Order: sequence, then C-alpha cells, then structure tokens
Amino acid sequence: MSTLLIRGGHLIDPAAGVDGLKDIVLKDGRVVEVAAPGKAKQAEGAEVIDATGLTVAPGLVDIHVHLREPGQGHKETIATGTAAAAAGGFTAVAAMPNTTPTNDSPEITRWMQAPERGSSVRVFPIGAATRALKGEVLNDYAALKAAGVVAVTDDGHPILKDNIMREVLAQATRNGLSVIQHAEDTRMTQGASMNAGATAFRLGLRGMPPEAEYGLVERDIRLVTELVHAGATKAGHQPHLHVAHTSTAQAVAAVRQARRNGLRVTCEVAPHHFLLTEEHVGCYSTHAKMNPPLRSAADRDAMIQGILDGVVDAIATDHAPHAAQEKEVEFERAPNGITGLETALGLSLRWLHHEWKMPLGRVLSLLSAQPAALLNLKGRGTLAVGSFADVVIFDPKQEWTYQVRDSKSKSRNTPFDGWTMQGKVKWTISEGRVVYRG
Amino acid sequence: MSVTTLTLDEVSHILTRASFLEAEDPLERAKRLAKRKIALLFYESSTRTRTSFELAAKGLGSDTTLVSSLSSSIEKGETLKDTGLTLRALGAEAIILRHPNSGSPWLLEQETRLPVLNAGDGMHEHPSQALLDLRTMLNHLRPGVTQVGPETLAGVTVTIVGDILHSRVARSNMLLLPRLGARVILCGPPPLLPDVAVDAGPGIEVERDFERALAQSTVVMMLRIQAERLAGLQLDLEEYKTAYQLNGERLAKFAPTALVLHPGPIIRGLEITPEVADGPQSLILEQVHHGVAIRMALVERALTQKGGQA
Repeated sequence: MSTLLIRGGHLIDPAAGVDGLKDIVLKDGRVVEVAAPGKAKQAEGAEVIDATGLTVAPGLVDIHVHLREPGQGHKETIATGTAAAAAGGFTAVAAMPNTTPTNDSPEITRWMQAPERGSSVRVFPIGAATRALKGEVLNDYAALKAAGVVAVTDDGHPILKDNIMREVLAQATRNGLSVIQHAEDTRMTQGASMNAGATAFRLGLRGMPPEAEYGLVERDIRLVTELVHAGATKAGHQPHLHVAHTSTAQAVAAVRQARRNGLRVTCEVAPHHFLLTEEHVGCYSTHAKMNPPLRSAADRDAMIQGILDGVVDAIATDHAPHAAQEKEVEFERAPNGITGLETALGLSLRWLHHEWKMPLGRVLSLLSAQPAALLNLKGRGTLAVGSFADVVIFDPKQEWTYQVRDSKSKSRNTPFDGWTMQGKVKWTISEGRVVYRG
Repeated sequence: MSVTTLTLDEVSHILTRASFLEAEDPLERAKRLAKRKIALLFYESSTRTRTSFELAAKGLGSDTTLVSSLSSSIEKGETLKDTGLTLRALGAEAIILRHPNSGSPWLLEQETRLPVLNAGDGMHEHPSQALLDLRTMLNHLRPGVTQVGPETLAGVTVTIVGDILHSRVARSNMLLLPRLGARVILCGPPPLLPDVAVDAGPGIEVERDFERALAQSTVVMMLRIQAERLAGLQLDLEEYKTAYQLNGERLAKFAPTALVLHPGPIIRGLEITPEVADGPQSLILEQVHHGVAIRMALVERALTQKGGQA
C-alpha cells in the first residue's frame, strides 16, 4: 500500500490530546507519523493531500446503523450504506442485527464483513442478543465475539422479561461484550406512532409515553446493579449497559444517576433527538416518524444539556434507510426511521459547535473517540501513531446544503433535505484508502 | 383537511354558499358542476357522510363514483397513493376520502395533487361534520347568521361527551367552536378523555362530572363509544351508562333547554336513551339534513378554487 502524507492541516485528535497544525503520514493502513508541519521523516515518495486550512480528525465512528444486509437490499446494502458513511466522514460503523435473517450467528457476522460486500469503511457487526430477536433464547456470545461481533442487542425488539435481560447481561459480561438496549416497554406503545401528548392527541395518533423509555432504562439499571452486587465483576469484566438513542429527559437522568453510582452505563443521542421535536410531525410527515419518536421541546433540550454536560457518551445516527414506497404511506403504517450518516457531522458542527458553542474537539470526540472507546474498537477514534489510518478531513467553516437527491444511500428518508450544514467533508480515508473525495 | 386550515372568512363563505345552494332551484343548481367528475373513496363504512356527500355532489350536477375498500383493488393490496393516481387517471377532479388512518388526506393530496375533501380520517378530524354541527347550532342560537366571527358564539357553552379520544368529530368541533367564541367542555372518563386534551387548542376545558357539565351547557353533543378503535381498552359499560348516559331525567334536571346533538350513528340505550334521541331537544336528524347543504358548499369550493381543501 502506498504512503500518504496529509500536509498543512489542523489536527484535532481529542483522545491523543492534539489540537494544532500537524503533518500526518499514513502507511500500510496505519498512522506511522504525526509531526510538526514540514518535519515528517517518513514521507518520502508519499502521495500528498494538501489539507491547508482544513481540519484533520480521526475518522468518525457510528455505533448505531442499519445496513439492511443480509436480506433487505431494497432499502440499503452494505456497499451503499458504507458509501453514505464515507460521504459523512465515518470510517467505522456498528451494524444492527435486525436483518433478514437476524444476525444470530458467526456465519452472518463473517458474511457482513466479507470483502465481497464491497464496504467502503470498516463494519463492526452487532450480534442479536437472543435468537431471532424474540427475547427468549440467548445466542452463543463467545462464538459471535470470536467472529467479530462487538456488542449484543435486540435493537427494535427490547428485551422485556427480567430473567432474560438478567441472563443477557450476565453472559455478555462474561464474554466482555456490551449490551445495547433499545429501551421501549412495548406493552405501553401498542399501535402508537409518535410521542404521547397534546400533539398526538390533536393529530389523532396514539402516543408512546416517555415512561415506556425511561421505565425500561431504570429496570435495566436495576438489573446491572444487582449483577454487580452479585459479584459479576470478579470475573474481570464489568457489566456494560449501553442505552441506545435516548430521547427522554428521565432516561438521561437515570443514566446520570447510574454513573454516579459507579456503574458502567452509557448512552447515545441521535441528531434528530437533539434537533427536532414532535411538532416536526407537522402534516403527518413520515420523515418525522422514528422510534423512539421525536419528543417534546423539554426532552429535546435535555438531550442538548446531556451532550453539553457530558452525560451523553456518543452521537449515533440510528441510520435507518427505508425505500420510498415504504414511506409514501399513511403515517401510522409507515416504518420507523430516517437516514443519518451523511448529515450527522454537518448538523453536529452547525448546532453543537457553531450555535451552542461546544468546543470542536468535544463534538469530534462524541463522534469518534468516545463511541470507539465505548465499544472497545481498538485503534479507532484516534490518530496516535500505530492507530488505523482512519481520517476525516473537512472544512470546518464551509456551510453547505444537504441535497438528498445526491445521497449515496439507497434510500432518501430524511427530514434534513435542504438543511444548511456546516463543515464540508473533503476526504474520508479508511485504513489508508481514500474512500470519499468531496 | 382540517378545520384549522379554514379561516373564519372561509367558514362564513361555506355557510353562506350552503344556504344559497340549498335554496336554489335544483335544475339551476345542477348546472354548477355539470359533468364534473368526483370520486368518493371510502375505506370505512358510512351512512350519513357518504350519502350526503354523494347527494351534494350530484345535486350540483357532477358525476360521482364510489370506491370502497371492500369491492376494489384496495382488497388486493393497492396503496392509497396508487388508488388515488388511478382515480385521477380516470378523470377524477376531486376526491372525497374517508380513511381509518389519521392524516391520510394529506398523503392523498400530496401524491395526486387533486383537491381532497376529508370525510373523516382516523381519530383525527371530520371537518364537514363540525361545519354542519355549526350550521345546526347557528340555526337555533343565531338564526339567519351565516357570517361568523370571533364573537358569534360568545356566551355559548358546548359540552362534548363520551369517547373523545377516538372521536374525529370531537376534535373538529373543539378546534373550530372556540374560534367563534364558544366555550367547549369535554366530558368523559380518563380512558376516553386524557388530560392532555385541554392542550389541544385554546378554549377547551375538561369536566369529568357529567351533571356539572350539563348544568353549564347550551349545547350537548353526545358521542358513540367507538368499539372498533378501543384497541384492547376494557370499559365497564354499565358503569359508563351510570356516569355518562344522557337520559330524560338527567336532561330535564340539569339542561332542560339545551340543544342535543349527536353525529351518529347513535347506540340507543348506551350513550343516549331513545326518549332523548327522539325528544323535543334532539337535533340529531336536523344535523343530518344540514349535511347536504354544507357538503354542497364544500364540493363546490373544492372544484372552483385551486388546491381547494377543507
């Protein structure tokens, strides 16, 4: 593999504590040198990327995407989904197991990572916690982990039975895997298609109450607490519960309290939950239908607060492509979810950094270093020497408009079409290969 | 689509045209939309709304065709979008839609670019019903008035009773009447009337005690319990009747002069007793009668203005 020199850029690598002008040399898929401008020693014969005036950062890491393969290639393929990831500056994505069939096995895990899938960036499969996501029989975590799974979840099909969730947490802990829970007590959300409240009442739609989310988060934290008291940590691993796409103030508060109590409980927030509210459902726009739903303004504000004060560990997109014909239906019949890989950086920079004055390094950390650490993705989320040569290079000042018709994703279901973004990706480099050029 | 998209000027225009068209010579009236094509697309059963929209459209001279979910390709899995595009290709110039999903008129309008008249969408709204209810009330409380403003119903209290949660009639009325100055009281048990209902719009109150609500009412609008939308909700009907049934004794004691409305279908002996439904205070059949005039005005409006909606 050729050598690449990224010259003249402003390197922000929060995990390594770097924030300044640096030249970087990439070789054989790894970072081999980070040097003062013009001082790189291993750049001989290197291909040069001129990053003058641009920000150079670790490639972004999204720990919550739906790539739809195997089985749902009409929505997205691993090739198209990861092309969208590359366009959005992501170099690593963790793929949810609600595929067809579900990712219950080492075979599917390996299939997803095979070169034949044509992936632009690194895909880390997340295994199904229980067989076919039914919440009944646990999968073989040791075998899944050996095949490359980085966490287990029944995403979209929350594990309601206490005894099963207890066993999932125990087995995952034994195997050093994180448990990701989509927190929704589905007994309280039957037939519901948006947040419960006055807006849902006015629109004549059944609502999902916030307690369906935070009630389950609190239950899960209780189970983690019990596991810790039972001495599970003696085996060497600490139980890790990760709450996917938190959307309610109370869920973030529960995570905050659990952390104060010394538990390893983490959470992520999706851009749509820190930017939009239930009012965006408007005239029944199916691009405002997702699960968890867009919530109240108070909940939205709590997501922003949680991000600013550090309780939130990661920004994750919950990239959920659906074919046009699937979304062009009655609101109540439309599937949940929106795409997100191409808009996460632009929205985060525009709102978290530019509007709400969060330091650039912290925004980038939420999009790379922290999610990588959360799922223990070694050598990702940093550009320290020896790390993977996963790089995003963007113009932090450039404003641009997202046009969904230009999307690399196979699907077009986004509420952010035509939105002004900040921070245009110029290059995305995955393990030393340029996978996107903007 | 929704009463919230109608200005009071537009409401006045509809009321005025309803009176005018109702009084017009039928042969003259039938020239207004002669040979224009209107499709009635009904995904739910209906007696009053369907018949009165059909009579209204035909009264204006248009050709109508009825497509219902049970005798069409909808049964074979055709989507609302494709059904709408098919009707448009067949020459439909407007579609009157009844559908079990809230918000479906927007989808149909967006996909077909035709004027869509909302004949009831899920639990959301039933705008033409609210307009005919308004005409019924005005006829008794403000005779001769068709120009309405923010004070027209000042001093009038309308109590809507029963299964508010599942009622599109309730929503259209509670969102329209306060804009004309009326007080709207919602009355029902918590499972059928969540507390958040008061935040649906201005001028809405909740009173759980039926008799207290009755005592304040100029108009009482009774609603049917929508068994088809209860979605597993268990309700003790005897208990419900004890608390919320409008019977002769209650009416005589607490609201002896109130007007009694019901959008139908009525379930005699459940939310309303026969003596009240058939009694002198009942305007239930007058409501049905006003439906044709109001819907003539709505159909005319849809076909004579660009992107007409109601």
